[in-house]
Amino acid sequence: MDKAQIIETIAKRVAKELNKGDVVNLGIGLPTFVANYVDAEMQITFQSENGFVGLGPAAAKGEENPDIVNAGGLPVTILPGGAFFDSSLSFTIIRGGHVDKTVLGALQVDAQGNLANWMIPGKMVPGMGGAMDLVVGAKKVIVAMEHSAKGKPKILKKCTLPLTAASEVDMIITEMAVIEVTPEGLVLTELGPEATVEDVLAVTEADLIISEALK
Amino acid sequence: MVEIIGLQEAAEMVSDGATVMIGGFIGVGGPNSILEALIENNVKDLTIISNDTVTPELGIGKLVVNKQIKKAIVTHIGTNPETGRQMNAGELEVELVPQGTLAERIRAGGAGLGGVLTKAGLKTPVEEGKRKLEINGQDYLLEMPLKADIALLKASKADKAGNLYYNGSTRNFNPVMATAAELVIAEVDEIVEIGEINPNDVMTPGIFVNFIVKGGR
Repeated sequence: MDKAQIIETIAKRVAKELNKGDVVNLGIGLPTFVANYVDAEMQITFQSENGFVGLGPAAAKGEENPDIVNAGGLPVTILPGGAFFDSSLSFTIIRGGHVDKTVLGALQVDAQGNLANWMIPGKMVPGMGGAMDLVVGAKKVIVAMEHSAKGKPKILKKCTLPLTAASEVDMIITEMAVIEVTPEGLVLTELGPEATVEDVLAVTEADLIISEALK
Repeated sequence: MVEIIGLQEAAEMVSDGATVMIGGFIGVGGPNSILEALIENNVKDLTIISNDTVTPELGIGKLVVNKQIKKAIVTHIGTNPETGRQMNAGELEVELVPQGTLAERIRAGGAGLGGVLTKAGLKTPVEEGKRKLEINGQDYLLEMPLKADIALLKASKADKAGNLYYNGSTRNFNPVMATAAELVIAEVDEIVEIGEINPNDVMTPGIFVNFIVKGGR
């Protein structure tokens, strides 16, 4: 798979996890593509942590409104029925359990559902932005990422990078697999379109329980 | 009492070493004209409290490039590589705060609360040096209130009573910062007569605002 196919595979699969009427926050980068695969009849409300619900598609060229941007600062649109608010209310929504699902990228995720996605000490320290609040506050946390970093596992026995949050990840969706985080450990429930169990195990450091209902 | 002043007058109210709250999200809803005037004044050793340090070409980002900031209390510095460079070189102290925690710390400062209990940051580097409290069997981090000498805000519209209206996603940290500083200056795109903003549409009541400055677009 090339990069575009990987993104499409992951984004389409994440979209299937959303239920009708969900309030959803999509992280910057790969997760934003999930919105492309959500049907209008699903009535999903996307939240933008800089201060609105009803986040619509990117603004068309020439129709950008400098006052309406997403959390990455890019010009976007707000859909009819949407609402603007301030940062305090935005994080009341996020931290208070009013977001049904959050979808985030990861540098590392581990067998306990720990997530590391905000810094590599000495190299890259962009900051956590809203990620720590989202991960502790959303009802369901879905990590959407490439399965490995050029063959180097990102799904580990234990994260080595500083954490974003401990034991908050519920599900990991990659181009190769769907993995659920359970008290017993990571359960491989689904294979990606071109992957075998052996392929997945070869680029996963954490132990995987193979679901009896593996798809 | 609200007074309308000029950009330069506003900038002169920010002294060396001041703690300054600055509204905006990657510069959107930021008082970018006042910040330009601060660059001309070359005021130094600022502690800024803001969502981010924008980009090197705009607002707070330019203050970073011009080395006017001593400490930044922010949620994200990824859009301004110069902030990271100065941090790694030990020239600029950066305190990274989860975004919801930043909003609530400011709110606590403005609302007369003694602190905030949150789960955000537990078992991460954010919890280092902070008290943890167990409430009803759950762990929380105690996060302390934030206050500032000056808040520099950006609104789309002000009336002459200082009531503020923010368009679109420019609201972000502005309303909460209006409550938590000794002196509040709002840069606005448009100044209208009292009565022209319907009281139902006021997002920051004028009682919080000391000065308004015509700037913006």
